[in-house]
Amino acid sequence: MTTALTIDRTRHCQYLLRLGDTALVLGHRLSEWCAKAPFLEEELALANMALDLIGQARALLKHAAGIEGRGRSEDELAYLRDAHEFRNVLLAEQPNGDFAQTMARHLFYAAFAEPHWALLKSSRDAELAGIAAKAEKETAYHLRHASEWVIRLGDGTAESKRRMELAIADLWPFTGELFETDAVDAAMLDAGIAADVSQTREAWNATVGTVLAEATLQRPRDGWMQSGGRNGRHTEHLGHLLAQMQFLPRAYPGAKW
Amino acid sequence: MTEKNWPLYEVFLRPRNGLAHKHVGSLHAVDDEMALQNARDAYTRRGEVTSLWVVPSKAIIASEPGEKDAFLEPSDKERKPYRHPTFYDIPDEVGHM
Repeated sequence: MTTALTIDRTRHCQYLLRLGDTALVLGHRLSEWCAKAPFLEEELALANMALDLIGQARALLKHAAGIEGRGRSEDELAYLRDAHEFRNVLLAEQPNGDFAQTMARHLFYAAFAEPHWALLKSSRDAELAGIAAKAEKETAYHLRHASEWVIRLGDGTAESKRRMELAIADLWPFTGELFETDAVDAAMLDAGIAADVSQTREAWNATVGTVLAEATLQRPRDGWMQSGGRNGRHTEHLGHLLAQMQFLPRAYPGAKW
Repeated sequence: MTEKNWPLYEVFLRPRNGLAHKHVGSLHAVDDEMALQNARDAYTRRGEVTSLWVVPSKAIIASEPGEKDAFLEPSDKERKPYRHPTFYDIPDEVGHM
Protein backbone atom coordinates (compact mmCIF):
# COMPACT_ATOMS: atom_id res chain seq x y z
CA MET A 1 0.00 0.00 0.00
CA THR A 2 1.57 3.28 -1.07
CA THR A 3 1.52 6.19 1.33
CA ALA A 4 0.98 9.82 0.41
CA LEU A 5 4.74 10.41 0.38
CA THR A 6 5.46 7.75 -2.19
CA ILE A 7 2.75 8.60 -4.74
CA ASP A 8 4.46 9.10 -8.07
CA ARG A 9 3.97 12.80 -8.83
CA THR A 10 4.39 12.32 -12.57
CA ARG A 11 1.64 9.72 -12.68
CA HIS A 12 -0.60 11.75 -10.39
CA CYS A 13 -0.18 14.74 -12.69
CA GLN A 14 -0.89 12.59 -15.77
CA TYR A 15 -4.05 11.26 -14.19
CA LEU A 16 -5.31 14.79 -13.47
CA LEU A 17 -4.33 16.08 -16.92
CA ARG A 18 -6.38 13.35 -18.56
CA LEU A 19 -9.46 14.52 -16.67
CA GLY A 20 -8.73 18.23 -17.03
CA ASP A 21 -7.79 18.18 -20.72
CA THR A 22 -10.91 16.17 -21.60
CA ALA A 23 -13.08 18.75 -19.83
CA LEU A 24 -11.23 21.64 -21.48
CA VAL A 25 -11.38 20.29 -25.03
CA LEU A 26 -15.02 19.23 -24.76
CA GLY A 27 -15.91 22.58 -23.16
CA HIS A 28 -14.24 24.36 -26.03
CA ARG A 29 -16.13 22.25 -28.58
CA LEU A 30 -19.47 23.22 -26.99
CA SER A 31 -18.44 26.88 -26.96
CA GLU A 32 -18.11 26.65 -30.76
CA TRP A 33 -21.92 26.49 -30.89
CA CYS A 34 -22.16 30.09 -29.62
CA ALA A 35 -24.32 32.15 -32.00
CA LYS A 36 -25.00 29.00 -34.08
CA ALA A 37 -27.38 26.96 -31.93
CA PRO A 38 -30.71 25.88 -33.45
CA PHE A 39 -32.74 28.12 -31.12
CA LEU A 40 -32.20 30.51 -28.25
CA GLU A 41 -32.84 28.24 -25.28
CA GLU A 42 -30.52 25.58 -26.68
CA GLU A 43 -27.88 28.26 -27.16
CA LEU A 44 -28.03 28.90 -23.43
CA ALA A 45 -28.04 25.18 -22.61
CA LEU A 46 -24.90 24.56 -24.68
CA ALA A 47 -23.15 27.61 -23.26
CA ASN A 48 -24.05 26.59 -19.70
CA MET A 49 -22.66 23.10 -20.25
CA ALA A 50 -19.52 24.53 -21.87
CA LEU A 51 -18.95 26.77 -18.87
CA ASP A 52 -19.47 23.86 -16.48
CA LEU A 53 -16.76 21.91 -18.31
CA ILE A 54 -14.35 24.83 -18.50
CA GLY A 55 -14.85 25.41 -14.77
CA GLN A 56 -14.01 21.77 -14.09
CA ALA A 57 -10.99 22.04 -16.39
CA ARG A 58 -9.71 25.07 -14.58
CA ALA A 59 -9.92 23.39 -11.19
CA LEU A 60 -8.32 20.19 -12.47
CA LEU A 61 -5.50 21.91 -14.36
CA LYS A 62 -4.77 24.13 -11.37
CA HIS A 63 -4.45 21.02 -9.21
CA ALA A 64 -2.34 19.24 -11.84
CA ALA A 65 0.01 22.24 -12.02
CA GLY A 66 0.37 22.12 -8.26
CA ILE A 67 1.24 18.42 -8.32
CA GLU A 68 3.64 18.96 -11.23
CA GLY A 69 5.53 21.41 -9.04
CA ARG A 70 7.15 23.41 -11.83
CA GLY A 71 5.41 26.65 -10.94
CA ARG A 72 3.12 26.60 -13.98
CA SER A 73 -0.38 27.99 -13.74
CA GLU A 74 -3.57 26.46 -15.12
CA ASP A 75 -3.55 29.10 -17.86
CA GLU A 76 -0.07 28.07 -18.99
CA LEU A 77 -1.15 24.45 -19.11
CA ALA A 78 -4.28 25.28 -21.08
CA TYR A 79 -2.85 27.78 -23.52
CA LEU A 80 0.84 27.07 -23.96
CA ARG A 81 1.02 23.30 -24.39
CA ASP A 82 1.13 21.72 -27.85
CA ALA A 83 -1.25 19.05 -29.09
CA HIS A 84 1.07 16.13 -28.29
CA GLU A 85 1.14 17.25 -24.65
CA PHE A 86 -2.62 17.12 -24.27
CA ARG A 87 -4.08 14.07 -22.55
CA ASN A 88 -7.78 14.28 -23.39
CA VAL A 89 -9.68 11.30 -24.77
CA LEU A 90 -10.18 11.38 -28.55
CA LEU A 91 -13.97 11.54 -28.14
CA ALA A 92 -13.71 15.07 -26.75
CA GLU A 93 -11.88 16.51 -29.75
CA GLN A 94 -14.24 15.10 -32.40
CA PRO A 95 -15.92 17.91 -34.36
CA ASN A 96 -19.37 19.16 -33.40
CA GLY A 97 -20.87 18.11 -36.72
CA ASP A 98 -24.63 18.58 -36.67
CA PHE A 99 -26.75 18.79 -33.53
CA ALA A 100 -27.26 15.01 -33.49
CA GLN A 101 -23.49 14.46 -33.44
CA THR A 102 -23.00 16.96 -30.62
CA MET A 103 -25.72 15.31 -28.53
CA ALA A 104 -24.47 11.78 -29.23
CA ARG A 105 -20.92 12.79 -28.24
CA HIS A 106 -22.27 14.39 -25.09
CA LEU A 107 -24.41 11.37 -24.18
CA PHE A 108 -21.38 9.08 -24.47
CA TYR A 109 -19.23 11.45 -22.43
CA ALA A 110 -21.77 12.27 -19.70
CA ALA A 111 -22.89 8.67 -19.24
CA PHE A 112 -19.24 7.95 -18.40
CA ALA A 113 -18.43 11.12 -16.44
CA GLU A 114 -21.41 11.07 -14.07
CA PRO A 115 -20.75 7.67 -12.46
CA HIS A 116 -17.01 8.36 -12.69
CA TRP A 117 -17.30 11.60 -10.70
CA ALA A 118 -19.55 9.80 -8.22
CA LEU A 119 -16.75 7.31 -7.52
CA LEU A 120 -14.09 10.04 -7.40
CA LYS A 121 -15.91 11.74 -4.52
CA SER A 122 -14.21 9.11 -2.35
CA SER A 123 -10.74 9.78 -3.73
CA ARG A 124 -7.87 10.00 -1.25
CA ASP A 125 -6.90 13.16 -3.13
CA ALA A 126 -9.07 15.59 -1.20
CA GLU A 127 -8.91 18.33 -3.80
CA LEU A 128 -9.96 15.91 -6.54
CA ALA A 129 -12.79 14.62 -4.35
CA GLY A 130 -14.04 18.20 -3.93
CA ILE A 131 -13.94 18.82 -7.67
CA ALA A 132 -15.78 15.54 -8.22
CA ALA A 133 -18.60 16.46 -5.85
CA LYS A 134 -19.39 19.63 -7.78
CA ALA A 135 -18.82 18.05 -11.18
CA GLU A 136 -21.15 15.15 -10.43
CA LYS A 137 -24.12 17.48 -10.00
CA GLU A 138 -23.29 19.44 -13.13
CA THR A 139 -22.81 16.28 -15.18
CA ALA A 140 -26.13 14.84 -14.01
CA TYR A 141 -27.83 17.67 -15.85
CA HIS A 142 -25.62 17.20 -18.93
CA LEU A 143 -26.63 13.56 -19.04
CA ARG A 144 -30.31 14.40 -18.67
CA HIS A 145 -30.15 17.03 -21.41
CA ALA A 146 -28.21 14.92 -23.90
CA SER A 147 -30.37 11.83 -23.23
CA GLU A 148 -33.62 13.68 -23.83
CA TRP A 149 -32.36 15.04 -27.14
CA VAL A 150 -31.05 11.67 -28.34
CA ILE A 151 -34.45 10.16 -27.50
CA ARG A 152 -36.39 12.88 -29.31
CA LEU A 153 -34.16 12.90 -32.37
CA GLY A 154 -33.87 9.11 -32.57
CA ASP A 155 -37.60 8.58 -32.18
CA GLY A 156 -38.38 11.62 -34.33
CA THR A 157 -38.71 12.25 -38.03
CA ALA A 158 -37.07 10.13 -40.71
CA GLU A 159 -34.36 12.77 -41.09
CA SER A 160 -33.63 13.17 -37.40
CA LYS A 161 -33.42 9.40 -37.01
CA ARG A 162 -31.06 9.09 -39.97
CA ARG A 163 -28.75 11.78 -38.58
CA MET A 164 -28.84 10.30 -35.09
CA GLU A 165 -28.03 6.80 -36.37
CA LEU A 166 -25.08 8.20 -38.32
CA ALA A 167 -23.86 10.11 -35.27
CA ILE A 168 -24.02 7.06 -32.99
CA ALA A 169 -22.21 4.89 -35.53
CA ASP A 170 -19.52 7.53 -36.21
CA LEU A 171 -18.72 8.10 -32.55
CA TRP A 172 -19.03 4.54 -31.22
CA PRO A 173 -15.37 3.68 -31.97
CA PHE A 174 -14.32 6.52 -29.64
CA THR A 175 -16.15 5.17 -26.61
CA GLY A 176 -13.71 2.38 -25.81
CA GLU A 177 -10.96 4.78 -24.80
CA LEU A 178 -13.07 6.00 -21.88
CA PHE A 179 -12.54 2.67 -20.14
CA GLU A 180 -8.89 2.02 -20.93
CA THR A 181 -6.47 1.50 -18.08
CA ASP A 182 -2.68 1.55 -18.03
CA ALA A 183 0.17 1.81 -15.53
CA VAL A 184 -0.86 5.35 -14.57
CA ASP A 185 -4.38 4.23 -13.69
CA ALA A 186 -3.11 1.18 -11.84
CA ALA A 187 -0.76 3.29 -9.73
CA MET A 188 -3.47 5.81 -8.94
CA LEU A 189 -5.99 3.09 -8.13
CA ASP A 190 -3.46 1.53 -5.79
CA ALA A 191 -2.96 4.93 -4.10
CA GLY A 192 -6.71 5.29 -3.54
CA ILE A 193 -6.81 8.32 -5.82
CA ALA A 194 -8.36 6.95 -9.01
CA ALA A 195 -11.78 5.47 -9.62
CA ASP A 196 -12.22 1.97 -10.99
CA VAL A 197 -13.47 2.43 -14.56
CA SER A 198 -14.70 -1.15 -14.78
CA GLN A 199 -17.46 -0.13 -12.39
CA THR A 200 -18.12 2.96 -14.47
CA ARG A 201 -18.39 0.79 -17.58
CA GLU A 202 -21.35 -1.15 -16.18
CA ALA A 203 -23.21 2.06 -15.42
CA TRP A 204 -22.33 3.43 -18.86
CA ASN A 205 -23.60 0.32 -20.66
CA ALA A 206 -26.86 0.41 -18.73
CA THR A 207 -27.48 4.12 -19.30
CA VAL A 208 -26.55 4.16 -22.97
CA GLY A 209 -28.52 0.97 -23.59
CA THR A 210 -31.65 2.42 -22.01
CA VAL A 211 -31.41 5.70 -23.90
CA LEU A 212 -30.77 4.05 -27.29
CA ALA A 213 -33.66 1.65 -26.74
CA GLU A 214 -36.08 4.46 -25.90
CA ALA A 215 -34.74 6.39 -28.90
CA THR A 216 -35.52 3.33 -31.09
CA LEU A 217 -31.90 3.30 -32.22
CA GLN A 218 -29.67 0.31 -32.82
CA ARG A 219 -26.80 -0.13 -30.41
CA PRO A 220 -23.69 -0.58 -32.60
CA ARG A 221 -21.66 -3.72 -32.14
CA ASP A 222 -18.40 -3.30 -30.28
CA GLY A 223 -15.49 -3.52 -32.68
CA TRP A 224 -12.09 -1.95 -32.91
CA MET A 225 -11.81 1.12 -30.69
CA GLN A 226 -9.83 4.31 -31.33
CA SER A 227 -7.12 5.04 -28.81
CA GLY A 228 -4.12 7.24 -28.05
CA GLY A 229 -5.50 10.57 -26.79
CA ARG A 230 -4.66 9.73 -23.20
CA ASN A 231 -1.02 9.39 -24.24
CA GLY A 232 -0.81 12.43 -26.49
CA ARG A 233 -1.51 10.76 -29.85
CA HIS A 234 -4.38 12.78 -31.23
CA THR A 235 -6.54 12.98 -34.32
CA GLU A 236 -5.97 15.79 -36.81
CA HIS A 237 -8.77 17.76 -35.17
CA LEU A 238 -6.95 18.75 -32.00
CA GLY A 239 -4.34 20.87 -33.78
CA HIS A 240 -7.00 23.03 -35.42
CA LEU A 241 -8.93 23.32 -32.17
CA LEU A 242 -5.89 24.48 -30.23
CA ALA A 243 -4.92 26.93 -32.97
CA GLN A 244 -8.22 28.70 -32.32
CA MET A 245 -8.34 28.23 -28.58
CA GLN A 246 -4.73 29.24 -27.91
CA PHE A 247 -4.36 32.01 -30.47
CA LEU A 248 -5.02 35.01 -28.25
CA PRO A 249 -2.80 34.19 -25.24
CA ARG A 250 0.01 33.13 -27.57
CA ALA A 251 -0.26 36.27 -29.74
CA TYR A 252 -0.65 38.61 -26.77
CA PRO A 253 1.22 37.04 -23.85
CA GLY A 254 0.05 38.31 -20.50
CA ALA A 255 -3.05 39.94 -21.99
CA LYS A 256 -5.62 41.01 -19.42
CA TRP A 257 -9.08 42.52 -19.72
CA MET B 1 -41.01 26.71 -35.37
CA THR B 2 -44.81 26.88 -35.51
CA GLU B 3 -46.96 27.35 -32.44
CA LYS B 4 -48.38 23.87 -32.99
CA ASN B 5 -44.99 22.15 -32.76
CA TRP B 6 -43.36 24.51 -30.27
CA PRO B 7 -46.02 25.58 -27.76
CA LEU B 8 -45.48 28.58 -25.53
CA TYR B 9 -44.87 28.05 -21.83
CA GLU B 10 -44.92 30.55 -18.96
CA VAL B 11 -42.11 30.24 -16.42
CA PHE B 12 -42.47 30.75 -12.68
CA LEU B 13 -39.71 30.37 -10.15
CA ARG B 14 -39.31 30.50 -6.41
CA PRO B 15 -36.00 31.98 -5.29
CA ARG B 16 -34.03 30.68 -2.30
CA ASN B 17 -35.09 33.71 -0.21
CA GLY B 18 -38.72 33.75 -1.23
CA LEU B 19 -42.02 32.30 -0.20
CA ALA B 20 -43.86 32.19 -3.52
CA HIS B 21 -43.30 31.51 -7.18
CA LYS B 22 -42.98 34.60 -9.36
CA HIS B 23 -43.57 34.88 -13.09
CA VAL B 24 -40.22 35.50 -14.78
CA GLY B 25 -40.88 35.06 -18.47
CA SER B 26 -41.90 32.67 -21.20
CA LEU B 27 -40.37 30.42 -23.83
CA HIS B 28 -41.21 28.08 -26.68
CA ALA B 29 -40.32 24.41 -26.30
CA VAL B 30 -41.08 21.10 -27.98
CA ASP B 31 -42.70 19.46 -24.94
CA ASP B 32 -43.03 19.62 -21.13
CA GLU B 33 -39.67 18.04 -20.22
CA MET B 34 -37.73 20.22 -22.64
CA ALA B 35 -39.68 23.30 -21.46
CA LEU B 36 -38.51 22.58 -17.93
CA GLN B 37 -34.90 22.12 -19.08
CA ASN B 38 -35.01 25.23 -21.24
CA ALA B 39 -36.40 27.23 -18.32
CA ARG B 40 -33.62 25.89 -16.12
CA ASP B 41 -31.02 27.00 -18.67
CA ALA B 42 -32.56 30.40 -19.38
CA TYR B 43 -33.78 31.53 -15.97
CA THR B 44 -31.60 29.91 -13.32
CA ARG B 45 -28.17 30.91 -14.61
CA ARG B 46 -27.63 33.48 -11.92
CA GLY B 47 -29.17 33.40 -8.49
CA GLU B 48 -30.41 30.61 -6.30
CA VAL B 49 -33.65 28.95 -7.21
CA THR B 50 -35.44 26.33 -5.13
CA SER B 51 -38.36 25.57 -7.42
CA LEU B 52 -39.18 26.01 -11.08
CA TRP B 53 -42.59 25.70 -12.76
CA VAL B 54 -43.45 25.75 -16.44
CA VAL B 55 -47.08 25.95 -17.48
CA PRO B 56 -48.43 25.79 -21.03
CA SER B 57 -49.60 29.35 -21.71
CA LYS B 58 -52.95 28.10 -22.98
CA ALA B 59 -53.63 26.55 -19.56
CA ILE B 60 -53.60 29.98 -17.95
CA ILE B 61 -56.97 31.70 -17.72
CA ALA B 62 -56.35 35.37 -16.97
CA SER B 63 -58.43 38.47 -16.33
CA GLU B 64 -58.72 40.88 -19.24
CA PRO B 65 -56.90 44.21 -18.82
CA GLY B 66 -59.90 46.03 -20.35
CA GLU B 67 -62.31 44.57 -17.79
CA LYS B 68 -60.10 45.55 -14.87
CA ASP B 69 -62.42 48.25 -13.58
CA ALA B 70 -65.63 46.23 -13.58
CA PHE B 71 -64.09 42.88 -12.66
CA LEU B 72 -61.53 43.92 -10.06
CA GLU B 73 -63.04 47.14 -8.74
CA PRO B 74 -61.13 48.67 -5.81
CA SER B 75 -61.91 46.90 -2.55
CA ASP B 76 -59.53 48.72 -0.27
CA LYS B 77 -60.32 50.04 3.19
CA GLU B 78 -61.09 53.60 2.04
CA ARG B 79 -63.64 52.77 -0.66
CA LYS B 80 -65.33 49.66 0.82
CA PRO B 81 -64.73 49.81 4.54
CA TYR B 82 -67.58 47.37 5.23
CA ARG B 83 -65.48 44.49 3.75
CA HIS B 84 -62.71 44.90 6.32
CA PRO B 85 -63.05 43.80 9.99
CA THR B 86 -61.88 47.08 11.47
CA PHE B 87 -64.83 48.13 13.65
CA TYR B 88 -63.98 46.08 16.72
CA ASP B 89 -62.31 47.45 19.84
CA ILE B 90 -59.45 45.06 20.52
CA PRO B 91 -58.50 44.93 24.24
CA ASP B 92 -54.81 45.67 24.89
CA GLU B 93 -54.24 42.18 26.32
CA VAL B 94 -55.06 40.54 22.97
CA GLY B 95 -52.28 42.43 21.20
CA HIS B 96 -52.05 42.65 17.39
CA MET B 97 -54.51 40.71 15.29
